[in-house]
Amino acid sequence: MSIFINKDTKVIVQGITGSVGLFHTQQMLEYGTKIVGGVTPGKGGTEVEGVPVFNTVQEAVKATGANASVIYVPPAFAADSIVEAVDAELDLAICITEGIPVMDMVNVRRYMQGKKTRLVGPNCPGVITPEECKIGIMPGYIHTKGHVGVVSRSGTLTYEAVHQLTERGIGQSTAVGIGGDPVNGTDFIDVLKAFNEDEDTYAVIMIGEIGGTAEEEAAEWVKANMTKPVVGFIGGQTAPPGKRMGHAGAIISGGKGTAAEKIKTMEACGIKVAETPSVMGETLVSVLTEKGLLDSCKTHKANV
Amino acid sequence: MNIHEYQGKEVLRKYGVAVPNGKVAYSVEEAVEAAKELGSAVTVVKAQIHAGGRGKAGGVKVAKNLDEVRTYANEILGKVLVTHQTGPEGKQVKRLLIEEGCDIKKEYYIGLVLDRATSSVVMMGSEEGGTEIEEVAEKTPEKIFKEVIDPAIGLQAFQARRLAFNINIPKELVNKAAKFMMSLYTAFVEKDCSIAEINPLVVTGDGNVMALDAKLNFDSNALYRQKDIVAYRDLEEEDAKEIEASKYDLSYIALDGNIGCMVNGAGLAMATMDIIKHYSGDPANFLDVGGGATAEKVTEAFKIILSDKKVKGIFVNIFGGIMKCDVIATGVVEATKQVGLDLPLVVRLEGTNVELGKKILKESGLNITSADSMADGAEKIVALVK
Repeated sequence: MSIFINKDTKVIVQGITGSVGLFHTQQMLEYGTKIVGGVTPGKGGTEVEGVPVFNTVQEAVKATGANASVIYVPPAFAADSIVEAVDAELDLAICITEGIPVMDMVNVRRYMQGKKTRLVGPNCPGVITPEECKIGIMPGYIHTKGHVGVVSRSGTLTYEAVHQLTERGIGQSTAVGIGGDPVNGTDFIDVLKAFNEDEDTYAVIMIGEIGGTAEEEAAEWVKANMTKPVVGFIGGQTAPPGKRMGHAGAIISGGKGTAAEKIKTMEACGIKVAETPSVMGETLVSVLTEKGLLDSCKTHKANV
Repeated sequence: MNIHEYQGKEVLRKYGVAVPNGKVAYSVEEAVEAAKELGSAVTVVKAQIHAGGRGKAGGVKVAKNLDEVRTYANEILGKVLVTHQTGPEGKQVKRLLIEEGCDIKKEYYIGLVLDRATSSVVMMGSEEGGTEIEEVAEKTPEKIFKEVIDPAIGLQAFQARRLAFNINIPKELVNKAAKFMMSLYTAFVEKDCSIAEINPLVVTGDGNVMALDAKLNFDSNALYRQKDIVAYRDLEEEDAKEIEASKYDLSYIALDGNIGCMVNGAGLAMATMDIIKHYSGDPANFLDVGGGATAEKVTEAFKIILSDKKVKGIFVNIFGGIMKCDVIATGVVEATKQVGLDLPLVVRLEGTNVELGKKILKESGLNITSADSMADGAEKIVALVK
């Protein structure tokens, strides 16, 4: 089992003929993801990597029965692409694009109210269920199938965590990058809820960073609802206030959103927080050992 | 992106938000000329720098006649203001806003921010004008009132009125205040602001409601469609290294330490700074080269790091995903050859094509210390710069 995506997920790629979209379509196909179509307005009727291209998402869904979409469209047009995916009633839309104006996302979120589509991102690496389905830009080979869920605001830091797990023979059920923007589709709590309900996930790593209070809210949710152990890490403990640290959402403003505050709340809610990014894996192992879960999380062999 | 107060007021004026009359001046003569044109009984001479707390630092003076305007302009222009937002080195004043004084009866606070929790724009108001909102939030949170704005219909008149009543704007001026708020919201949305703070908003003796100060920040992601805002950019207010980095699409933030960092990915870049600090070192910068870094980009990144004279060593931390380690290694070797690096360099490579990358570094014959993990790398660079 897994969350959000699995071997049966049928994916269309919005922006499939762009250089980024094309490259990652090849990578996803290589991983075994069921890419059933692509969308580029004006290029309908052509083919890319053996995948049929359509002019609209509606058309693509009708012809292929796709239930998920991944968006590699430039920032000025990405909000429109998300809305198009929502309008076509896909179950899932994953937006990789970085740099979408925040006001566009405010409107997108408003439009999505009451609609069925789940949006992951934008400005995220995507979602992967190892050995079944990879949707996004993460390097597939560092992942191993297993029982630890990963949720993160940062791409490379997710890879770091996954790598540390795989090295220790601990596989992942699903890894979800929720993205580094201040307004996004899926938040920590949505993912934690799904992991909590997924019988194949035994424990979770949650990777946050400075800015906003999403980690604190998630920690409170964990304390009240989570039946599985959660460990964490917060990036940006040394970041100066008022500076945007790469990600649009990674900024300490008005004294709010500091790493110290987040770590304090997480620890108070029973989430063990790794002191440095290089001990995320170690920290999880220590918690799994404590809970007697280490062996069951090691059922899949390490491949690194 | 930040702009100056006088520029913010220009933007607001276009949207019908009431602001005092004023002009920018780059010299004492221009300041006196501007005051003459305004012809107001009292004139305010205000330092224009990208930081708050100017009043307390002596950057805002009230002049009663043109001689005083000359005296104050002389005093403030060229002065280095140190406020709680400038850092200890302060900022030199190169522009003044010469503005008509007004008869202030009471000061309020109005601000618009993006609220992440509701994914909406929120308008905040308080009757504690002139004080920083964070301070009000801490000491008297009950004095802050909020209106969450539905983007589909925008700020509604009843919300603006409710906020005005809540912060005790005199009832005969509530409609004027509401109009002010609605114009401010329109400006915020149409100009892609990330923050709009009016502190203080004032009620005057002659029955006006206006913005005495204006702090506008803009969403960097939206600048492509805000050409008039981009024209306001004042490069002198920004760090030269950060400007250089932005030309190459590198995300760079200057810090105070002596260990230069080059990393791919914002999260990993932040975490790299953290781990250096953990081993008692001090990062000189945040630098995310991004996912699609080329050898040229790596070279430019190196040059920018080295242009910081505080830097005593460099730590390259790469987790190659789509970005291949051999490309990074080639870039590092190329860069060190070009710029003639004589500082310690520690490189940690992980991910796609890692073996090939390590081989390239080893065979380059350059004095590069390689590290097995980010902890190992951080420890090594900290030891090397000691």
